[in-house]
Amino acid sequence: MEHIISLTLENKFGSLSRVAGLFSGRGFNIESLSVAPTLDPSVSMMTIVTSGDDRIIEQIMKQLNKVIDVIKVVDVSESEFVERETALIKVHTRPEDRAEALRIADIFRANVLDSSPTSYTIEVTGDVRKVQAIIHLLQPLGIKELVRTGRIAIGRDPTRPTQAQPRPLAKAN
Amino acid sequence: MQLTGAEIFLESLKREGVDTIFALPGGVVLKIFDVLHQQKDIRVILTRHEQGAGHMAEGYAKATGRPGVALITSGPGMTNVITALADAYMDSVPMVCFSGQVPTPLIGNDAFQEADNIGLSRPCTKYNFLVKDVNDLAQTIKEAFYIATTGRPGPVLVDIPKDISMDKGEFHYPKSVSIRGFNPTYDGSKWKIKQAADAIMKSKRPILYIGGGVQFSGASAEVKELAEMTQIPVDMTLMALGAFPGGHPLSLGMLGMHGTYVANMAMHYSDLVIAVGARFDDRVTGKVSEFCPTAKVIHIDIDPTSIRKNIQVDIPIVGDCKRVLIELNDILRATVNGNQKEQRKPWWDQLDAWQKAHPLAYVQDPNEQIKPQYLIDRLYELTADRDPVVSTDVGQHQMWAAQYFKLKNARTWLTSGGLGTMGFGFPAAMGAQAAFPNRLVLCIAGDGSIQMNTQELATAVIEKLPVKVFVINNRFHGMVRQWQDLFYEGRYASSSLGNVPDFVKLAEAYGAAGIRIESVGDVDAGIQEALAIDRPVFVDVPVYQYENCYPMIPAGGSNHEMLLEDPADLKKPKSTHKKSAQADSDTVLTA
Ligand SMILES: Cc1ncc(C[n+]2csc(CCOP(=O)(O)OP(=O)(O)O)c2C)c(N)n1
Repeated sequence: MEHIISLTLENKFGSLSRVAGLFSGRGFNIESLSVAPTLDPSVSMMTIVTSGDDRIIEQIMKQLNKVIDVIKVVDVSESEFVERETALIKVHTRPEDRAEALRIADIFRANVLDSSPTSYTIEVTGDVRKVQAIIHLLQPLGIKELVRTGRIAIGRDPTRPTQAQPRPLAKAN
Repeated sequence: MQLTGAEIFLESLKREGVDTIFALPGGVVLKIFDVLHQQKDIRVILTRHEQGAGHMAEGYAKATGRPGVALITSGPGMTNVITALADAYMDSVPMVCFSGQVPTPLIGNDAFQEADNIGLSRPCTKYNFLVKDVNDLAQTIKEAFYIATTGRPGPVLVDIPKDISMDKGEFHYPKSVSIRGFNPTYDGSKWKIKQAADAIMKSKRPILYIGGGVQFSGASAEVKELAEMTQIPVDMTLMALGAFPGGHPLSLGMLGMHGTYVANMAMHYSDLVIAVGARFDDRVTGKVSEFCPTAKVIHIDIDPTSIRKNIQVDIPIVGDCKRVLIELNDILRATVNGNQKEQRKPWWDQLDAWQKAHPLAYVQDPNEQIKPQYLIDRLYELTADRDPVVSTDVGQHQMWAAQYFKLKNARTWLTSGGLGTMGFGFPAAMGAQAAFPNRLVLCIAGDGSIQMNTQELATAVIEKLPVKVFVINNRFHGMVRQWQDLFYEGRYASSSLGNVPDFVKLAEAYGAAGIRIESVGDVDAGIQEALAIDRPVFVDVPVYQYENCYPMIPAGGSNHEMLLEDPADLKKPKSTHKKSAQADSDTVLTA
């Protein structure tokens, strides 16, 4: 099963390789990985998409927790979440395909970032299915280059206050 | 106070209570050596190889419980120490290794003797640091010692570029550290501990399975109390030997691939396994799907990743072994009714029957060649009252030492378990001897393994580390030959070592003492002679070449299916070697 793991880690020399090395050293899978600093510049946020049965995921979570540069580990896919990925697609366009390429971009609310006589560069953002779908549709025209950011995800807050997570109340006095 | 990096290094180590460093210099660490040369608080032991320095630091740490310290140079110094770091990582040995690095402006330029020390050591250290500013050095050293010794212990590397050791900076040693991503859990969940106590009270066939975690957490007394109070038998891993007295009536000895018959049977047929600071290594579980088929499992360990890594656990307790056992014992003390012996009788009857059916055994004909087991057995008997520290190399002799040396105390057993590093024993013994100059330190070595680090004879002689090395000399990579006997139809590919070197002359060449014990009748006198010498000694003991170590659970086999002796169809070749020509008449073995 696929899992999306969100890591808070020290934004330090070598911390990325500690995490990456853990996955390669123990034969765990990385399907995608993205990392960038957070509001606090000493901390980075990393999103890893991985897969495995429950035992493997449990080990991955524990092993990540054990990495000293890792501050917090959350399996975002354990509960409700939203995810996004951006892809930049340079699609080859013959004169008769140009309108079709634009139509496809339009359907997916994708932006055309650059245009040349023989190509469009299209930017699309969405969940993994949407990104896959547009790639699939553009492929017959001829994709010259494809760059993807890797997936990022964030947990949803409850839409209604629940017993488990009461909405914070203003403190009395 | 403005100090150079090298002086900060020294002051920081003093603050950490370091009294001994195992070291070998090189260009980029000369400033540090220069500072060490001008002080007397810390003893610097110059080794002949960085691997030796690393294993000495490990031996020091295993014997004292305090972190061992090594100091080595960049490039080849670093690559040489990697084996010891990997060994320490596998066996959770607290150790801080300082490596020199090329000056910061040259890092990444393929400078002379540059190596990516951080990249090289990352997979075999608990953590590593590159110091880029002299003002960070003291804080880094504090954190290194903290990480090495806190939670599940392990090796930490601090890489110090040459310019950092020369630069001046403000010295201020931090009193404490806090690292936001590193907060080991010490206290087990009270609720889980209660569950464990209930399970223990309900169990009919419980077994304590203790590992190296008991050594480092200092939980021997608690294990003993638990076992005695509940009359539960104790199985020890290779790493746990000594943490529970081997001669105790509740001890079943070592379990695992070469464990005792009763230890493995007890595990297999138990209904409750109480694992304490052990990690269900594949040399212990055998075939995982058939491991302890009828048992519930309680697993106490400070490292959450050890739990449910290899086998399913019913009651996981993350915490320090000692603290958890103290709580568990408190509950049990109030629950046990003094009738434990009575209640456990059926289980102990079964255990005794297993023990009687297949005790550890070997045949020593007084007129034939010395059997390795006999030598080790006698060494044990003749030194038992001196509470020796015992190190081993890796191979058959290691397993026999584990079987026959019934150690009484924690931290007296130095062996390479997880990595199985040949060449570990001699330098590890020297590390322990450096920590305890007046104790008897023995090394039980194989003739193959010892040759991986004999250069340290020079260190032993010059630094006056009078370890007693017994070379169980079978002129083979014995353990390899045993597997070839059993699984490769006796084709001894690259396992025969020939009868070189002459270990007596080798020792003498370095100024150490050399003794050879050649016949059964000379064993006791030879051992006594070696023990009486106050210098390092190599005792060369040519033994029967074809002895195999049993019981044995073939790799991937199930724990109750042990080989107890050589298979009947095993044809051992007649030796062509003169010294062992008389051999084959006493190959009858029981286990
Ligand atoms: C550094 C290293 N290389 C290879 C091995 C594989 N190995 C395991 S036991 C062994 C033979 C050890 O021979 P010896 O030290 O003579 O001990 P014996 O088994 O004969 O008692 C070998 C080669 C190892 N454990 N470590």
